[in-house]
Amino acid sequence: MELNPDDIFKDDEDDSDSEFYQQRESSKEFVVYLVDASPKMFSTTCPGEDQKNETHFHIAVSCIAQSLKTQIINRSYDEVAICFFNTREKRNLQDVNGVFVYNVVEREYLDRPTARLIKDFDCIEESFMKDIGCQYGILSGSRENSLYNALWVAQALLRKGSSRTARTTILLFTNEDDPFGSIKGAAKADMTRTTLQRAKDAQDLGISIELLPLGRPDQEFNVSLFYAQLIGLEDDDAAQFMPSAGQKLEDMKDQLRKQMFAKRIVRRITLLIANGLSIELNTYALIRPTTPGAIMWLDSVTNRPLKTERSFICADTGALMHEPTKLSQSYKNENIIFSVEELSEIKRVSTGHLRLLGFKPLSCLKDYHNLRPSTFVFPSDKEVVGSTRIFIALHRSMLRLNRFAVAYCGSSFHPRLVALVAQDEIINAGGQVEPPGMYMIYLPYTDDVRLIEEFHSESNVRVPRATDDHIKKAADLIKRTYLKDFSVCQFANPALQRHYAMLQALALEEEEIPDTIDETLPDEEGMARLGVVKAIEEFKLSVYGDKYDEESNSVGNGKANEASKKRKAAAENAANESANYDWADLADNGQLKDLTVAELKLYLTAHNLPVSGKKEALISRILTHMGK
Amino acid sequence: MARNREGLVLLLDVGPSMHKVLPEVQKICSMLIQKKLIYRKFDEVGIVIFGAEDTDNELTIEVGGYEHVVVLRNIKVVDGDIVEALQELPRGTVAGDYLDAVVGMDMLIKKYQLTNKGKKRICLITDAQNPIKDPYKGTKDDQVSTIAVQMAAHGVRMETIIVRGRLGEDIDQRIVDENDHLLHLFSEKTSAKTVYVESPTSLLGALRTRDISPVTIFRGDLEISPKLKIKVWVYKKTSEEKFPTLKKYSDKAPPTDKYATHEVKVDYEYKSVEDPSKVIPPNQRIKGYRYGPQVVPISSVEWDAFKFKPEKSVKLLGFTNASNILRHYYMKDVNIFIAEPGNARAAIAVSALARAMKELNKVAIVRCVWRQGQGSVVLGVLTPNLSEKDKTPDSFCFNVLPFAEDVREFQFPSFSNFPASWQPSEQEQQAADNLVMMLDLAPPGKEEALLPEFTPNPILERFYHHLELKSKQPDAAVPPLDRTLKKITEPDPQLFSESKSVIEALCKSFEVKENPKLKKSTRRLLQEKPSGSDDEGGYGDTSNALAIKSDESQLLAKADKIGDLTPVQDFEAMMSRRDNPDWVAKAIKDMENKICNMVENCKGGDNYCKALECLVALRKGCILEQEPKQFNDFLHHLFRLCQEKKLGNFWEFLASKELTLISTSEAIDSEVTEDEAKNFLVKKLPKLE
Repeated sequence: MELNPDDIFKDDEDDSDSEFYQQRESSKEFVVYLVDASPKMFSTTCPGEDQKNETHFHIAVSCIAQSLKTQIINRSYDEVAICFFNTREKRNLQDVNGVFVYNVVEREYLDRPTARLIKDFDCIEESFMKDIGCQYGILSGSRENSLYNALWVAQALLRKGSSRTARTTILLFTNEDDPFGSIKGAAKADMTRTTLQRAKDAQDLGISIELLPLGRPDQEFNVSLFYAQLIGLEDDDAAQFMPSAGQKLEDMKDQLRKQMFAKRIVRRITLLIANGLSIELNTYALIRPTTPGAIMWLDSVTNRPLKTERSFICADTGALMHEPTKLSQSYKNENIIFSVEELSEIKRVSTGHLRLLGFKPLSCLKDYHNLRPSTFVFPSDKEVVGSTRIFIALHRSMLRLNRFAVAYCGSSFHPRLVALVAQDEIINAGGQVEPPGMYMIYLPYTDDVRLIEEFHSESNVRVPRATDDHIKKAADLIKRTYLKDFSVCQFANPALQRHYAMLQALALEEEEIPDTIDETLPDEEGMARLGVVKAIEEFKLSVYGDKYDEESNSVGNGKANEASKKRKAAAENAANESANYDWADLADNGQLKDLTVAELKLYLTAHNLPVSGKKEALISRILTHMGK
Repeated sequence: MARNREGLVLLLDVGPSMHKVLPEVQKICSMLIQKKLIYRKFDEVGIVIFGAEDTDNELTIEVGGYEHVVVLRNIKVVDGDIVEALQELPRGTVAGDYLDAVVGMDMLIKKYQLTNKGKKRICLITDAQNPIKDPYKGTKDDQVSTIAVQMAAHGVRMETIIVRGRLGEDIDQRIVDENDHLLHLFSEKTSAKTVYVESPTSLLGALRTRDISPVTIFRGDLEISPKLKIKVWVYKKTSEEKFPTLKKYSDKAPPTDKYATHEVKVDYEYKSVEDPSKVIPPNQRIKGYRYGPQVVPISSVEWDAFKFKPEKSVKLLGFTNASNILRHYYMKDVNIFIAEPGNARAAIAVSALARAMKELNKVAIVRCVWRQGQGSVVLGVLTPNLSEKDKTPDSFCFNVLPFAEDVREFQFPSFSNFPASWQPSEQEQQAADNLVMMLDLAPPGKEEALLPEFTPNPILERFYHHLELKSKQPDAAVPPLDRTLKKITEPDPQLFSESKSVIEALCKSFEVKENPKLKKSTRRLLQEKPSGSDDEGGYGDTSNALAIKSDESQLLAKADKIGDLTPVQDFEAMMSRRDNPDWVAKAIKDMENKICNMVENCKGGDNYCKALECLVALRKGCILEQEPKQFNDFLHHLFRLCQEKKLGNFWEFLASKELTLISTSEAIDSEVTEDEAKNFLVKKLPKLE
């Protein structure tokens, strides 16, 4: 790894990503969505978005649709199966009643999600009744047990992945808290027993069963009736587990989304504290910019992927060579040669661990002490017993004393001075918002920080400073435009959403690309509220006096305006000049190519077209513009 | 190019009180020149030293005075000669008078007259501990003012680095205060900047060695609302200085070819997977993105037609509590928003908002599209960046915040849910509290250690050091990390020894041990080997497992010779190799050679310590392997070497560390008695002197 010269000069941003990709492929996740399709799922509703009532079935299905769309982009190597139970029709390998495995063409039951699956599943509600149908599967008097069957089918589907190579999960959606409620006596006890045994068998195979119960305000889902046992909850947990009755739909979707992301350790490191005392930590990349994904080159004729081949050619002899292991830096008019080994030696200034250097008050960590996304660290006792205890003690001390640790992170990728900032756990109704642990913040060095503030300071001039009145008016303004419930990452990235929408549309061969909403635009309505407008006007008056309009027109037009004036003049000039030519005639007779580039540019400037490119490009641009 | 060149005069105090920090001064200055040699080849630099033994400058000839000021190098285009001159600064004999800055100014003015405006710079490094001479007429204040006015008139900028921190060594506080006052006058009258540094490490970081003229990334309106727009400029505030990009080098050209470029051309070819002989021309290629198992082709036309096209703008979304934006959300390097220069109203508006935000503990959320045609928006947070100096404006720091897609919400167990055995007891908590308090890098009244603005990048320093060595000797080995720089990568021994009791208490309270259940091969975490590896393979992850393998093979591969960096470790690794009995002999032989080399080639005392370390390791190894004769013979050999090369002080050094021959009591095979062993060093000392 060390010896690849590309690694040495690789932008660090890349490697954190590639690391993530590697992990992604090696540890897959297989999920079976098990959705109750009993009539109760259709008859029970709860208020959803827009105050409209939605059926529980709709909630479950749209949750899955949503997570499929996220998954195909984020972790498309994971495999899913969608399976309904309490259905009229049956479709499963075991040929048991009341269980229907949903699928589309060119896809196995448990497989990677495809565009087709997402598209068809989006409109499943329309065809559900006709094609699949719903029907209570557990009835008194019959020996049928659709829940048992469903678990069986799901377990069989998941057999594809051994627990070593993949994490296997069954996600169970239901609103029936007591599935065997309609059955009495020994039959009930028997069914309960066999179903629990089935679940236990699955869990013994390493399959985790997670329950997503659907309740409604007046009728809470009572997990202790049956499901607590099925998913193996202890008594205390059961009380915590059940989301409160009034809980919003969003939380439910959120919860699903959170569960969809499996934890992946980026790497394990050791924190050397002092005197040989060292503890074990795991690092996680909790925040990383998401990109549209890697570009793959395709042959535009066949749409088949292309292979990129890199070859190295010696510029002096023209000979093909292996990837060079020597690199040069020009210095004092000479080429100074470094071997790849030497360069990695230079970079290895410390052991590959995190070395504690000391502590500082949090006020020393300035807002501009930042270079790249932070890395989360969490203790582990897996290899070094006692790590967690020390970590917790330090974590508490740092929180209480408002201090952060400074350490040197000697990893081979980006060795750097880092700040370790303790973060306390934050929990709200929807679950954990911030996990407890420490964040590693990469600190700049002296040459990374630029002194912009001083750059513009003139020797003897004091800069204008706001007076108390200005500040008071500004404070009013701030109070008026206060975002109450702002939380980081409540906005989706509009560029990315657009990109995905485009991909989806092209992949599904849809006619139109659906519009995406840019959530990041300011709230114009809110800004137009009377109180806000008034606060803004007062602030404006206090700072700018009555000269605001003048300023906005006149200030700062020194250079820019001169340039634009020049441009205008040039355009006018060009327009005049170009009037001397009979362009249409020249174009018709193919005489454009006889003109000089300067002459061609006259036309382009006059019509406000780009003037870049070769002569042919200019001509074709003119022709396009004339509509020929 | 030449239009932008900078004229710089380094004005260095080499008086006796500066001797201790001169090694750092030499390093920082040569680093500055080295970077100029690579990035700003046309800049011009001169060196003036004061407090020197001799006198050699134009002013002393023209008007007299200015004694002990030597123009070491006249202003000239940067070259290797300047680097060399800086690496061997003469040690001065008299207390330096920094007002001789005039000489530097005089040089700059004579050379450039009024040209090169804003690009003339004086860099003064002194400890300002010694009084300056009284002027012939007027007060010292007047004199400083006169000089300052001259400097301002000619557009000379001055940067002063004052080395402090050794206070208490019979320093006259009155003089120090007077000097501080005078230097402060400079910064009031001219564009001068004064920084104080206390430790050698921060001295290395005090002088910015990379001169980059800042470029705005946005000029335009900060839209508070459609009715209120503040004119701002946005710059980068931090930006990572990358390791230089080296060119690939080809050694294929015959050595006789003087005009060989040695360049390597990298060629990319796109081939069809099915038929590798078929090369696809560029116009037949189309970009594709993965969508699940499918790859969706998107032509650039489609892409341009449908992609997200936001308008260039910076818009406020609103304000929120500072506590809502946790520090670890910051995604990238930092930008700074300043009011449009010269626009007083905008400056007031920015200042008012920043100060009000600070007061109310609020931050602003903004949506930015820096350029027209940029394909994405950036969501970020503005935090107030208030200035304490009259001359610098208030501004905002801008940090990029993550979008919903960028956050991975993993769940972690609460600490309170961990078993009781993982919870620290009260006494343990106390020990941790004490550590966090005592291991203080920013003690009140003292300089903050490892302040990012004053901390050099150890890796780049090391690279440039190596580069300079290589320019003289192409096969120079990678130099060890400088001791001053080690304070960045390793704990400060002084701080740790001051807090010794706290650390010991902590170590006593907490106990760690390797998990006994794990197999031996995976237990490498507790060992402190500078392997450079940090990937401990986890969860049967193949890529990680591979990484470990290659790391291990590298470790083994490394241990077949003794390198310059970690000779002791290398030696130990070789001694413990059991795959071939010859390794021991080879290790001892190599180590002996290494030690001889070190002793012969060292000028200062630095290498002595290292040689001693090696010698101790060798001694230990020889006892362990029952090879006392080997060591004893070598020590005799070393002794003769010292005699020949007149290295008596090394011998004294060894004696003081009580390094003796190996006696029979330590190794039975030895032919040396205990007394002989002890007397070996002492006995021969007189002869040497």
